[in-house]
Amino acid sequence: MITFLANPKRFVDFSNVIAPWLAVLAAMLLGVGFYWALVVTPPDYQQGQSVKIMFVHVPAAYMGIMVYGAMAVASLTGLVFRHPLADVAAKSAAPLGAAFTALALLTGSLWGRPMWGTFWQWGDARLVSELILLFIYLGYIALWNAIDDPVRAAKAAAILSLVGAADVPIIHFSVDWWNTLHQPASIVRPGGPTIDRSFLVPLLIMMAGYTVLFAWLWLVRMQTEIFERRARSLMMARGA
Amino acid sequence: MTAFRALLIRDMRLAFRAGGGASLAAAFFALVAALVPFGVGADLILLGRIAGGVLWVSAALAALLSLDRLFQADYEDGSLDVLLLSPLQLEAGAAAKILAHWLTTGLPLVVLSPVLGLLLNLPAPGYLALIGSLLIGTPALSGVGAIGAALTLSIRRGGLILALIVLPLITPALIFGAGAVTDALDGTGRGAFLFLAAFSVAAVGLSPFAAAAAVRLNLGG
Repeated sequence: MITFLANPKRFVDFSNVIAPWLAVLAAMLLGVGFYWALVVTPPDYQQGQSVKIMFVHVPAAYMGIMVYGAMAVASLTGLVFRHPLADVAAKSAAPLGAAFTALALLTGSLWGRPMWGTFWQWGDARLVSELILLFIYLGYIALWNAIDDPVRAAKAAAILSLVGAADVPIIHFSVDWWNTLHQPASIVRPGGPTIDRSFLVPLLIMMAGYTVLFAWLWLVRMQTEIFERRARSLMMARGA
Repeated sequence: MTAFRALLIRDMRLAFRAGGGASLAAAFFALVAALVPFGVGADLILLGRIAGGVLWVSAALAALLSLDRLFQADYEDGSLDVLLLSPLQLEAGAAAKILAHWLTTGLPLVVLSPVLGLLLNLPAPGYLALIGSLLIGTPALSGVGAIGAALTLSIRRGGLILALIVLPLITPALIFGAGAVTDALDGTGRGAFLFLAAFSVAAVGLSPFAAAAAVRLNLGG
């Protein structure tokens, strides 16, 4: 499968077929998920309607991490097998991951206002880790853009993403450790109040919807990048 | 080993003789720390509470200051190519450069830190923790910083990108380092030193390999 798709031409043909289906599936999942989450589920007895931000926030935070994982795997593949398509995959994933992370931060602080009475709570280790993750994404994107030669840029960015992949768990641990002094005010804690069944199913649908949405956008961005590179090489061939 | 020592001595000489080197980073460190009271006010109790964190943040910024030239100067004048072709492993070369950076940037900060602690009214139980945590933690700043410096060596005015890359990655050192000082003040034992040492050992041990890989790709290898 992977070796079959490693050919950019075949990849574009394949994603031409599959991308519209992914778009439809994402729209369906998100449509059902939003309706279920916003209309069907009851308001929380403590948090009222504001609990519904969770259905936007939690999947976004989850995607922020998952996309970084996908990016790191693509980077490793690019470094080891030196395949341009893996570089394209890593490059195209980064802005999506940054957007999901930014969405998680935004909705997290909007949720925090009614919950904690403040937009930003340093006591919430997950939110603080997401903030640092966003900076890592931005550094990755900046490095890509700063190096002109795409082959070098891909390798440099791949090394950075692997260093980051080793560091992100340590950062999360250190932020968690740092919080032990501040008495965490986190909303959903391991071992704390568990999520009710009526909330869990729409949440899982939303997570699936976000994942398929990412897969669709990823394919489209990868196609765009491939076309852009092809256009660039055509232009250079004409100029020479 | 001779080549390693020669490279180390060369880099330290360059740092000392060109552009002020060690004294410059230390002066920057002192200046940032001295500016903080103007920002937060002259309340001595408050300053004593935040002294450990302020000095750690200042140390991280001071370490960044000289990083952008760590590989770039050698890249521009071609000595990095010579280093690549020399019998000395590039990983060892990167380790020598990291060590030279720490000796000329990190160590002066460690020596200067108790004086700045006095300036910021750090209470007496915090000094040993401050000096110790900086001594253990600053090598990690040089190590992770060297990875960033090697990745950005071909970028003109790469200093800002370098900061954007390196600062998020070194947050654990900052958290555990400043935490060690807080623990010493409050008498809480949370193992900050052990975590800081673990992070530092991992960073210093792995960074020469990542930095060498980054140098190789930038030299077209």
